[in-house]
Amino acid sequence: MKPVAPYLLLPVIMLLAFPLMSGPSWIALTVAGLAMGMMLFLMASGLALVFGLMDVLNFAHGGFITLGAYIAVSVLAPLTGWVNAGSWELNLMARAAAMLAAAIVSGAAGLAFEAIVIRRVYGAHLQQVLITVGGLIVADQLIVAIWGTQPLPLQKPAVLRGSFQLGGAAIETYRMAAVVLGLLVYAGMHFILNRTRIGLVVRAGVENREMVEALGYRITRLFVGVFVAGSALAGLGGAMWAQYQETVTPAIGAEMMILVFIVVIIGGLGSIGGCFTGALLVGLTANYIGFLAPKLALGSNIALMVLILLWRPRGLFPVGGR
Amino acid sequence: MTRQHPVLRLLLLSLFLALAFAPFLFPGTKSVATASRICIFIVLAASYDIMLGYTGIVSFAHTMFFAFGAYGVAIPLSRGWIGWDAILVGTIVGAALAALVSAAIALLSLRVQKIFFSMITLAVASLAQILATQLRDITGGEDGLTFSLPAELQPSFRFLADPIFGVRADGRLIGYYLTALIALALFLLMQRLVASPFGTVLQAIRENEFRAEALGYRTIVYRTIASAISAAIAAVAGGLMALLLRYVGPSATLSFDVMTDILLMVVIGGMGSLTGPALGAALVVLAHYYLQPFMQMGFDSLADVRILPALIHPDRWLLWVGTLFVLIVHFFPAGIVGAFRKH
Repeated sequence: MKPVAPYLLLPVIMLLAFPLMSGPSWIALTVAGLAMGMMLFLMASGLALVFGLMDVLNFAHGGFITLGAYIAVSVLAPLTGWVNAGSWELNLMARAAAMLAAAIVSGAAGLAFEAIVIRRVYGAHLQQVLITVGGLIVADQLIVAIWGTQPLPLQKPAVLRGSFQLGGAAIETYRMAAVVLGLLVYAGMHFILNRTRIGLVVRAGVENREMVEALGYRITRLFVGVFVAGSALAGLGGAMWAQYQETVTPAIGAEMMILVFIVVIIGGLGSIGGCFTGALLVGLTANYIGFLAPKLALGSNIALMVLILLWRPRGLFPVGGR
Repeated sequence: MTRQHPVLRLLLLSLFLALAFAPFLFPGTKSVATASRICIFIVLAASYDIMLGYTGIVSFAHTMFFAFGAYGVAIPLSRGWIGWDAILVGTIVGAALAALVSAAIALLSLRVQKIFFSMITLAVASLAQILATQLRDITGGEDGLTFSLPAELQPSFRFLADPIFGVRADGRLIGYYLTALIALALFLLMQRLVASPFGTVLQAIRENEFRAEALGYRTIVYRTIASAISAAIAAVAGGLMALLLRYVGPSATLSFDVMTDILLMVVIGGMGSLTGPALGAALVVLAHYYLQPFMQMGFDSLADVRILPALIHPDRWLLWVGTLFVLIVHFFPAGIVGAFRKH
């Protein structure tokens, strides 16, 4: 029996916010919140799966977010002509190149990180936290050594700048694009996890690793794949978030990681559906509260997490015996 | 608790003796400030080890508790209430607040999973950092708070007309011995704590939580109390730090760099014994003072080479610290103390 109440949380929050503001701003904020939630989901999903599958909590995950953002800057810099061109094709190509490069480089970095650092600390939580924090420090410093500490500007593609009207509200085009891309990735992950054989084994591994191993699957090899995919998704999310913010700083990964942790705690570590719901909840809350009471915006996500943990100590959608 | 290797005892004893006579052995403002810093970080690292080494939980909010004490002292002093009573009240309020917040985080997260605790402390610590920079009226924002100390702690104050063994008997000397004595008292208190039945239960929980629970110990209660005590002691160390610097700001007390230093001290020295963090604290503070200028020299001499200078620039200090950290966690998880344990 799956609990129903957690699913209702999203519409409840959206409805609660509705009477507190005008219609158009509610629409604009909801879209902004969903867009932020989608990007958060990209960054958080890898972390949640890796934890679910191997009980590995990777504190260096934020490094992949930063890396993806900087790769996007480096790829887009020589393509400025394409980015500023008014045509869909050139814009899309520049964007696709940046995102692809971000995902590939972050994925490759993930492969190396898994082999060098993570593999040696399976099963030891304390050492895992320590060693991945050390890895994060090294990764951050290398990124600073390469790209410097100055914030780097980053332009959105020309056709995705500006906004369009919807129900009297001005919606930024880029936000809509982020929502669409996030939904596509979610649909893709949902398909792979629920409709393919690999997905079946991954889900089974999350529920009960020993049993899957006993059935003859090499779960460590599978885990490497999931880890690389998770890192690539983090890089992709970082690249999208950087374009959304239009600047990149070395702190981008650390800032997002705070929200990512809140998302996976709210969602229940290891659950993709929970991660998705949690990301949308965090995105919406951040935007609503940021509009209604900007001073409280800082603490609103932590307050949300505390409330949810008081209600459901194991997160909204706990997985297996965890 | 197992008896410690004689070499370790000797190291700890010589560290304490060096600190006890630091103003006379190493005269000079800078070296006495370094010695004060070592005393403070010994307390900070040891209190962190109560969490990390004895209880087996990783907190990222230790700098936040450190900052509670530092701001607790700085806020009354910077508003013109300059006196010993202000320092005492500020430290007590800071420590009480630290214990309360720490207990709340522990109660919220530890009943589920230890790993939640690490993530929640990270989130709360970053919130504290943002608050400290934004609440300008209270914390002075990014600039922090500067303040003056009670007359007895100022360099111009003389409690004896003649120097003692060539060292001026001024307020700085009082300040150093005040710091050193409080640090020693807290260190002994912690040693007593971990050797007590309470400390034994903590270690039992670290080794096998399930079994400890089965023996009838309510693990969450023990963990919560341990994290509250550790936070309160960190706050007192923060108060001492504020007195040493005569300044409190987000980067000096709250930044992730301070957290990295604490982690490094505990891991280099060795988790799960208080001797380890004490030795680690001395090593890391000394390295900060004497190795970083060394990197500058290397940077200057290699300025013509292409990539190398970027890697040994003094600002890249953390790069090497981080690499060292990963290597130690990987190859010597028990640190210096562990090196003497097996033989």
